[in-house]
Amino acid sequence: MEYKGILVFAEHNDGIIHKITYELLNKAKELCKTKEMSVYAAVFGEIETDINELFYRGADKVFCVKDNEFNMPDEMIYTENFYNVIKIAKPEIVLIGATTFGRSIAPRLAAKLKTGLTADCTELKIDADGKLVQIRPAFSDNILAHIKTDTLPQMATIRYKEFEESKSDENRTGEIIEIKAVNLAEKVVEIIRKISSKEIDISEAEVVVSGGRGIKNPDDFKMLEELALLMGGVVGASRAVVDDGYISKDHQVGYSGNRVKPKLYIACGISGAAQHIAGMKESDTIIAINNDPSAQIFNYADIGIVADMYEIVPQMISYLNSKGGLK
Amino acid sequence: MKILVLIKQVPDMEKVKFDSEKGVIDRKSAGTEINPFDLNALEAAVQIKEKVGGEVIALTMGPPTAESALKEAISRGADNGILVSDRVFGGSDTKATSATLSAAIKKFGEFDLVIAGEKTVDGDTGQVGPETAEMLEVPHVSFVTEIIEIEEKSITLVSEIWEGSYLKKMMYPGLITVTKSINAPRLPSFKMKMQAKKAQLISYSLEDLNGFLAEVDTGFKGSPTKVKKIVVPEDTLRECKIFRDGFDKAIEDLYSVMNEKNLLN
Ligand SMILES: Cc1cc2nc3c(=O)[nH]c(=O)nc-3n(C[C@H](O)[C@H](O)[C@H](O)COP(=O)(O)OP(=O)(O)OC[C@H]3O[C@@H](n4cnc5c(N)ncnc54)[C@H](O)[C@@H]3O)c2cc1C
Ligand SMILES: Nc1ncnc2c1ncn2[C@@H]1O[C@H](COP(=O)(O)O)[C@@H](O)[C@H]1O
Repeated sequence: MEYKGILVFAEHNDGIIHKITYELLNKAKELCKTKEMSVYAAVFGEIETDINELFYRGADKVFCVKDNEFNMPDEMIYTENFYNVIKIAKPEIVLIGATTFGRSIAPRLAAKLKTGLTADCTELKIDADGKLVQIRPAFSDNILAHIKTDTLPQMATIRYKEFEESKSDENRTGEIIEIKAVNLAEKVVEIIRKISSKEIDISEAEVVVSGGRGIKNPDDFKMLEELALLMGGVVGASRAVVDDGYISKDHQVGYSGNRVKPKLYIACGISGAAQHIAGMKESDTIIAINNDPSAQIFNYADIGIVADMYEIVPQMISYLNSKGGLK
Repeated sequence: MKILVLIKQVPDMEKVKFDSEKGVIDRKSAGTEINPFDLNALEAAVQIKEKVGGEVIALTMGPPTAESALKEAISRGADNGILVSDRVFGGSDTKATSATLSAAIKKFGEFDLVIAGEKTVDGDTGQVGPETAEMLEVPHVSFVTEIIEIEEKSITLVSEIWEGSYLKKMMYPGLITVTKSINAPRLPSFKMKMQAKKAQLISYSLEDLNGFLAEVDTGFKGSPTKVKKIVVPEDTLRECKIFRDGFDKAIEDLYSVMNEKNLLN
């Protein structure tokens, strides 16, 4: 049995394609420059976007499995059907976005395929021997490991926003292969209902204004929100204040929260613990406001303001207002 | 309820040193602790036991010294611990680890629930939970942030996935992975510490797992992913322009950054 080509999981949520899909298609195309391979996409369920968009973004073949069951995040049903697609497509590489759902199905799928899986990669390359080199941070982001897989397919989950999205080229076409859904009956997990959507998705924001323990009262987040809104941004937080119940976990930045990469990150009253830094160090510009001049956060900032955030933040707000800068 | 909790002993990340020249982790530079996320898994199990009764067993694969992690788990409310340890288990990736853990679970016998942490701070993959579930041929629910109800044949939980939260009901036997926000782990009590000292831990070697695990599926041999190189990136510190006074200038600087980046209208 020969394995060939790169298969990308076209993740969608309620029919809306996750942008990681286009990032992975772009990377897959790039890897094809080193080694001749076809690019496949696998879609489960109906998507709102025209399926052809996957061809425009780089796929040569799209494997479609249609059924309403895929409208819910059911790991078991997805795994069974993904497994089936892989048995038919026989790709040598399988790329899955390291979203929450991707990180839940990929290991299950890899175990079923009896193959290796590399988590949370930030870079991929093809080695001289034609094998995939998977580069990933480990040890709480302290090291970068270069990993290769002995078994096939070589599987990896990839962090969101590491690669550029591919551009849509409407001249591209490809082949659609429909595959029947399997094993839908055996339900051992019932998804009763969706309770809520994420309050906000701070990983998409261009500006994040975060607050930490320097905040004395949950209500004071309003001040940060006012500042953020002046720049069309959102509010983030350190884990310390999330744990204290000041603000919901959707706002948490860091190793066990969200990774953000905004154009501008403003840290107010945050000390700069390694776990916080891991979630924001790739921001374009970082500004830190902290009244302790020895705070770690200043080592990671471009502009550091050693002062009481309760003085500075209102000053910033009135300055921006005076410039009339509401987006 | 019979609940197994997967715990791993990891280096204390606050203290562990990384040699950027040699690309190695100096594991001796720091003490060890139970993976912080696994303390949440353990706490979730102990809380279930307190509600509906049953037994909580901590399970770890690691060197003989990982015994202390199991003792700590007992001092935090587990009834007993299983140490899966053998020379040949060294160098395991997530596949080999999951194969070994699932074999140990099968050997141990029937269970209702396995609880794992979201991820480890050293391996950092979050793969061992779902891989183990697949190898046990039981369902799994990831990123559980709340346990709603413990019924006779199933458990109802909140899973944070797909940019939202979903209410799911999982039949036993099954596996869940929990996030840090599910609970606040209790501290070991003095009484429980004494109990832990006396505990008779269960231990399994490869030989004990005969019939459940083949040597080729363990350790370095059983690990398809191979680390070819480790790079310790230099900490990317930024040159920070510090303002201790004259904050008007600081705010003007900030304003020009925003203009540059087109963040204002
Ligand atoms: C496994 C694990 C995962 C973790 N994951 C995360 C994560 O995802 N995200 C995260 O953030 N943390 C995480 N942490 C926690 C992390 O280690 C720190 O405890 C946390 O980031 C500290 O938050 P903080 O900076 O708000 O609080 P502190 O460390 O208490 O810092 C508060 C800062 O505010 C300053 N300050 C006080 N008053 C004022 C004022 N009026 N004006 C200006 N400055 C003021 C102080 O000088 C101080 O520097 C994790 C920890 C572990 C073990
Ligand atoms: N060696 C091990 N022994 C027991 N449990 C483990 C081991 N490695 C990982 N786990 C469990 O699997 C979870 C995910 O680990 P990881 O895939 O390494 O990030 C951890 O939080 C533990 O619950």
